[in-house]
Amino acid sequence: MTATSIESQSDLSGKNRVGDRAFRWATYAAGAFVLVVLSAIAVTTTRKAWPAFDEMGFHFFTSRRWVPNEGVFGARALIFGTLYTAVIALVLAVPVSIGIALFTTQVAPARLRRWIVSVVDLLAVIPSVVFGLWGVLFLAPKLPGFFENLHDIFGPVPLLGRLFGTQNGGKSFLTAGVILAIMITPIITSLSREVIDTTPPSDREAAYGLGATRWEMIRGAVLPHSKGGLVGAVMLGLGRAMGETIAVALVVGSGKSIGWNLFGSGDTMPAVIANEWGEAEGTWRAALIALAVTLFVVTIIVNLAATAIVQRSIAKSSGVRR
Amino acid sequence: MYSTKKRFTSVVAMLLGLALVGAACGDDSGTDAAPTTQANGTATTAAGVTTTKPAEVTGTLNGSGATFPKAFYDEMIVDFKKAQPKATVNYAGGGSGKGRTDLQGGVVDFAGSDGLVAAADVSKYKGAFVYVPTVSAPITVSYNLSGVDNLQLSPETIAKIFQREIKTWDDPAIIAENAAVKDKLKGNIVVAHRSDGSGTTENFTIFLDKSVGAGGSGIWKLKRGSTVEWPADTQAGNGNTGVAQIVKSTAGAIGYIDLSDAKASALKYASIKNKAGKYVQPTLEATSAAVEGATVNADLSYDPLWADGDKAYPIAAPTWILVYVDQTDKVKGETIKAFLRFMLTDGQKVAPTIDYAPLSSSLTQKALAQLDKIKLPV
Repeated sequence: MTATSIESQSDLSGKNRVGDRAFRWATYAAGAFVLVVLSAIAVTTTRKAWPAFDEMGFHFFTSRRWVPNEGVFGARALIFGTLYTAVIALVLAVPVSIGIALFTTQVAPARLRRWIVSVVDLLAVIPSVVFGLWGVLFLAPKLPGFFENLHDIFGPVPLLGRLFGTQNGGKSFLTAGVILAIMITPIITSLSREVIDTTPPSDREAAYGLGATRWEMIRGAVLPHSKGGLVGAVMLGLGRAMGETIAVALVVGSGKSIGWNLFGSGDTMPAVIANEWGEAEGTWRAALIALAVTLFVVTIIVNLAATAIVQRSIAKSSGVRR
Repeated sequence: MYSTKKRFTSVVAMLLGLALVGAACGDDSGTDAAPTTQANGTATTAAGVTTTKPAEVTGTLNGSGATFPKAFYDEMIVDFKKAQPKATVNYAGGGSGKGRTDLQGGVVDFAGSDGLVAAADVSKYKGAFVYVPTVSAPITVSYNLSGVDNLQLSPETIAKIFQREIKTWDDPAIIAENAAVKDKLKGNIVVAHRSDGSGTTENFTIFLDKSVGAGGSGIWKLKRGSTVEWPADTQAGNGNTGVAQIVKSTAGAIGYIDLSDAKASALKYASIKNKAGKYVQPTLEATSAAVEGATVNADLSYDPLWADGDKAYPIAAPTWILVYVDQTDKVKGETIKAFLRFMLTDGQKVAPTIDYAPLSSSLTQKALAQLDKIKLPV
């Protein structure tokens, strides 16, 4: 009914229908393309990794030892390292990023805001190897003494002392975490800024109208509105942190150990792939591809878990409104 | 207005396109003309130096593999281009394992490799291949210890240091070998090794495994490999330069680094006790002595690590180029032969200038004879 009336109104309607259909198929194709590529990647990598899974069985995920020259491939220490460095990076980067985003949108004068935004965005375009080289050539040599001091202060404290153990040079979980934090800050910041900017002015005015201070307004109007988007921004940062290869390979220390000591040297899945690919053959090569598959799966699990948490928290905080 | 503007842009675009095509054609004829004159020029100078003028080859070669001899191959590629302007050789590095895998897949025309092909992997290749030895070079044990200029270490001590069984410089085992500088030996030892898989690590661990490994005294327990299970309290650096950086910047550090990088970072390196019981500095002469002392097998694989001879440096690393016997492309096959011949003749004279030890003359002759096994399609 409505279709005919529109048709009669416009002489281009016949063309439009074809266009509509073509557009629909084009978007379907684009959507499907992503899935096809993704599953093609999953299938081929798993197939290439199969010799390693076949030889190691489930031990591939549970064994702590990764010793290629003895034919032992256990990814547990590397999975731990990947998650641990990413978590350190988030702990350091999230407060700073959201702080910057709030400052630029809510507090800073417009002129300053432009400056800060472009500087932070500039950070995002620096290639990761530059951060890695800065970390390994400048940062790492300066760290051992600093680590030593922290160890002296926090070492004797129960529980906390486990995080601040003895140092082993400047390359460590923490060094990698710091470099990753710098790398993911611009992503989290600019996404958070966009999200926070979408807070309806009416919400903010209403909060002020009720006599709220700026902080109360942010807490009461801006943050609840932006919660989902902020968590999304953090997740994108987490994804980048878990997948970062070369910068981490340079500064994480290649220790293949499991332990909470921030100053210990560890290793991550992408870093091991980057470091060992050139010399790997046969099962070793398959095991490195198996690491890639594992990284793929771990990333998916982490993202699904995060999405579930976001959904629940949004439902809880704004259940009445939506 | 709009349409004229559009037409104007399209005309400009067309003109630009034509200009580009023209330029490209011009370039083509230019490069066609230039090499002939250049080739003639080189031919005369070549005739002046070597009496036999090599036949001109025109193929493009791609190779990948070991990074340890890459500096030498890069130099060779530049020199070869001067002698054979119409031939192009690319060498991508990437590691010995990558080179061998690439050769198996037929992705490259030749592979650089610091190690031999494992017996189990031979069947993965597309056919028979030959080893062509090119150069060798010493791996130094470099250290950062002020006041100690000629540290002397035995394989036993090195094995214990790198396994963290000896943790301080004033350990009796080190003092016993360096009584003269007893007072300067103090502080903790920091061990530096490679974070990336590497032929240098492989050769260093083969040296320890052969000298004090499971077959002998059993002191070295980490076996051999391009990466091994280093103790947790050691430090890792990326590449020779990464290890050199740690040693350079950390007092009390020790690490294994190839000679050219150790020299470039102005590090001090230890004299190592060889099989004959003599302490030898990592020089090119001592490396050549080790190659001389090694037994060369029929396929030209040889092992200069822990070699016999009073003057032999015990950590001399070999390297080879792997090429298929049955070449499928005549032009490429000719170019491969010419390039390898160039490396084994003129190249051997260049090697010492960039810290690589040339092959012994007997091995060079055998390697040149090996080239005759490479068959070209008719």
